[in-house]
Amino acid sequence: MSENQNLLEIKDLSVQYVTVDGTVHAVENLNLTLKAGETLGLVGETGAGKTTTVKAVMGILPTPPAKVPNGEIIFDGRALNRLSAKEMRKIRGKQISMIFQDPMTSLNPVMTVGEQIEEAIRLHNRISRREAAKRACDMLETVGIKAERAGDYPHQFSGGMKQRVVIAMALACSPKLLIADEPTTALDVTIQAQVLELMKRLKNDMNTSMIMITHDLGIVAEICDRVAIMYAGEIVESGTREHIFHRAAHPYTQGLFGCIPNMLDEECRLIPIQGMMPDPTDLPEGCRFRPRCPHACDRCAQGAPLIEIEPGHQVKCVLCEKEA
Amino acid sequence: MKQEQHTPYKKRSQMQEIARRFVRNKQAVVGLIMLMILILAAILAPVIAPYDPLKQDLLHRLKAPSAEHIMGTDELGRDIFSRILYGARISMTVGLIAVSISCVTGCVLGAIAGYYGGMLDNVIMRASDILMAIPSILLNISIVAALGSGLQNVMIAIGISSIPGYCRIMRASILSLRDQEFVEASRAAGAGSFYIIYHHILPNCLAPLIVQATLRIGSAILSCASMSFIGLGIVPPTPEWGAMLSSGREFLRDAPHLTTFPGLAIMFAVFAMNLMGDGLRDALDPKLKN
Amino acid sequence: MAENILEIRGLKKYFPTKAGLLHAVDDVSFDIAHGETLGLVGESGCGKSTIGRLTLRLLEPTDGQVFFEGTNIMQLDRKSMRQMRRKMQIVFQDPYASLDSRKSVFESIGEPLRVQRIYSSKADYEKRVYELMDMAGLAHRFANAYPHELDGGRRQRVGIARALALNPSFMVLDEPVSALDVSIQAQVLNLMEQLQKDLGLTYLFISHDLGVVKYISTNIAVMYLGVMVEKAPSKALFERPLHPYTQALLSAVPIPSIDVHQERIVLEGDVPSPIDPKPGCRFAGRCRYCRQRCREETPEMREIEPGRFVACHFVEEAAKA
Repeated sequence: MSENQNLLEIKDLSVQYVTVDGTVHAVENLNLTLKAGETLGLVGETGAGKTTTVKAVMGILPTPPAKVPNGEIIFDGRALNRLSAKEMRKIRGKQISMIFQDPMTSLNPVMTVGEQIEEAIRLHNRISRREAAKRACDMLETVGIKAERAGDYPHQFSGGMKQRVVIAMALACSPKLLIADEPTTALDVTIQAQVLELMKRLKNDMNTSMIMITHDLGIVAEICDRVAIMYAGEIVESGTREHIFHRAAHPYTQGLFGCIPNMLDEECRLIPIQGMMPDPTDLPEGCRFRPRCPHACDRCAQGAPLIEIEPGHQVKCVLCEKEA
Repeated sequence: MKQEQHTPYKKRSQMQEIARRFVRNKQAVVGLIMLMILILAAILAPVIAPYDPLKQDLLHRLKAPSAEHIMGTDELGRDIFSRILYGARISMTVGLIAVSISCVTGCVLGAIAGYYGGMLDNVIMRASDILMAIPSILLNISIVAALGSGLQNVMIAIGISSIPGYCRIMRASILSLRDQEFVEASRAAGAGSFYIIYHHILPNCLAPLIVQATLRIGSAILSCASMSFIGLGIVPPTPEWGAMLSSGREFLRDAPHLTTFPGLAIMFAVFAMNLMGDGLRDALDPKLKN
Repeated sequence: MAENILEIRGLKKYFPTKAGLLHAVDDVSFDIAHGETLGLVGESGCGKSTIGRLTLRLLEPTDGQVFFEGTNIMQLDRKSMRQMRRKMQIVFQDPYASLDSRKSVFESIGEPLRVQRIYSSKADYEKRVYELMDMAGLAHRFANAYPHELDGGRRQRVGIARALALNPSFMVLDEPVSALDVSIQAQVLNLMEQLQKDLGLTYLFISHDLGVVKYISTNIAVMYLGVMVEKAPSKALFERPLHPYTQALLSAVPIPSIDVHQERIVLEGDVPSPIDPKPGCRFAGRCRYCRQRCREETPEMREIEPGRFVACHFVEEAAKA
């Protein structure tokens, strides 16, 4: 595939948080590409650096304490990290929007949901209030909420409905890229199913690319085309859905699959990953998964680069180096 | 199960940790030093003071600061520096006693309101709302007017007017702690109400109370000074900062030092308390590492 | 069938609110046999946590009985209840809120022992606390640590050690792994399984995560809006859910596999309000088999097959689907 088909390209991105206890290397030398129309699943546990990565893309990292020592984020041919704050504001919400985990806190409790969607539209489009209001109602209908509820306040909606409103707001300006940070974690399974269904439909209708942050491999299987697995600030494996689900090569990815109780399996035993996430201020040398890895050997102390073991399937592990 | 050899359990002192966190906070240390100076000044007043604070010397009245009288003399020729040192005794006493009165009463009432709830809660909280609705200076004046002026009554008045603050803090802490899971876990283990209040609820609401108390000492000193200023507090010859301010008021134009130094003293004391209070709040929170 | 350790009959808990009576738990009955794990699943607000607390009498029920080893614990006086508490313990969801931030790990684990005055000698007491730390897989060096210094997995181990302190025979596990990361979640689940085996514990395992519940439970009970709609052996329930709600619930869970594609039953709308619910089946408004009868008559739990209980008027029809 040629370069220019990439909607988003992250090159060598590092993000650090400088705290009194030391520097936290939240993300280190991260490379990621996203093609137009594609859905990428960013998978990892708490503290893996998923949210930090997408916040860097959105340009909403709190600085200080956050610092971006190196890296480039190219979106639609423009280097986002070189844009001024003003130019970035034009992109945010218009071309890239984000959905946060908790729908309760991402809506303003003293504005009606209609007004909030309207505001999102008017920020980026010079149109009259009336027209914006009409579009806001259309958006509500699109996400399955009756237009007459535009005048209601967020507390009058249930959790799932609120997340629909948030989605309507995020998609109001037809962005090219939608970033969803664990959008269904706070919801019940039956409501989660509704919301996922809706997101899938809208993504296809509006031809939006999406980065879906999640820790749930079930959601990945359902909605993502490609998957990137993060551990302690690095991508340890990335590939298509098939690569990850059928031929997971990194011990951490394999470990993750061993940890989830599968509803369909008859007699499954959980094989937990031993140990804990490393302290982010004091990461192990070389491979960061080494202290917890069942296959760790001497060579792991040096670590391995991300290498392609088959087209589109990259792994960061010395075990694969040998095979490659 | 593997049997490990173990050394007897020794509790890591929490006081030490609190002290360590406190010492690392520069502002708090400055506040503490200022407070120590005040306390020393109050205790050692008879030793340090160059003159008798009550001795009048009408020949040297309204003298500007000089080598003899480093803060000058007042309208009756008394040495202002000595009076401020002695005044520290009164201010500190008022601060501590007034705060103790309000703290103890407020906590007990707040605890009752929070723990039992219902009608009792309503009565206590509405009464405290009424107290809060009256401007504290007005409340102080009416209480002193009813009881008569004098140090003791001023302390009582100031104490009463700041009860609602403690009452609210205590009630809010108890309400938020009562339904916490660790309290439930304790109940599941069979602990009774008294055990839970003593072992879980009190230690957890101590921090805001201590902070409130420290901050209130400053404002109690201030209230006492303003009571004296309007002539309802400490009776004249007694050296008290507010009273000194009040009597110096007439000479503001000719001898500003009469009001400047007591004013600075009040500021110093209140500032010290506020710095301390903020420092304590941070030090008492175990979640704030280091 | 083994003897029942716990029998719950007609349990009801209504909370008065400004808008009316909130029916958190409405006439629920079930049994738990010695050594089994009953998984209690349902979505938020279905009353599963309330049942957990009622079972231990941490809440007083509006009506109903809880028989623990044959004794109705709702009739016990304060002193006997205190004795009874030794046998029944709870592990909470939030490993942060369930520990007192001002107590060290050692103090937290030892609290039940102090409250019940189990040991008169300090050495015995300490030995027991360290033994409990071993059982929960906590290194002794954490004895002096405070909760904020531990990660979620270790905090949850402290909660487990504390619950084990009094040698209970029955434990309510209220979403014990929901707040943990998957890799840590698996460690804690395995620990609880091991403990059950070693100590012969009986669990009431409350969770919204069906995968986790299936993994750990012998039997599963499904709750919807304060009522129990289905109870069945774990395997049977997942193979062939009978109640229309269970069917929808199971089909909604995303499967971490790209080879299986299950037919999804998407439920329309939201869970209705539990305040002054209408008579009839609670699920009627969202059910695809709903008929007139469902709106008028509350379905009773019926034994459809041995060990399988379903509360649905038209379960035979739903089962065919």
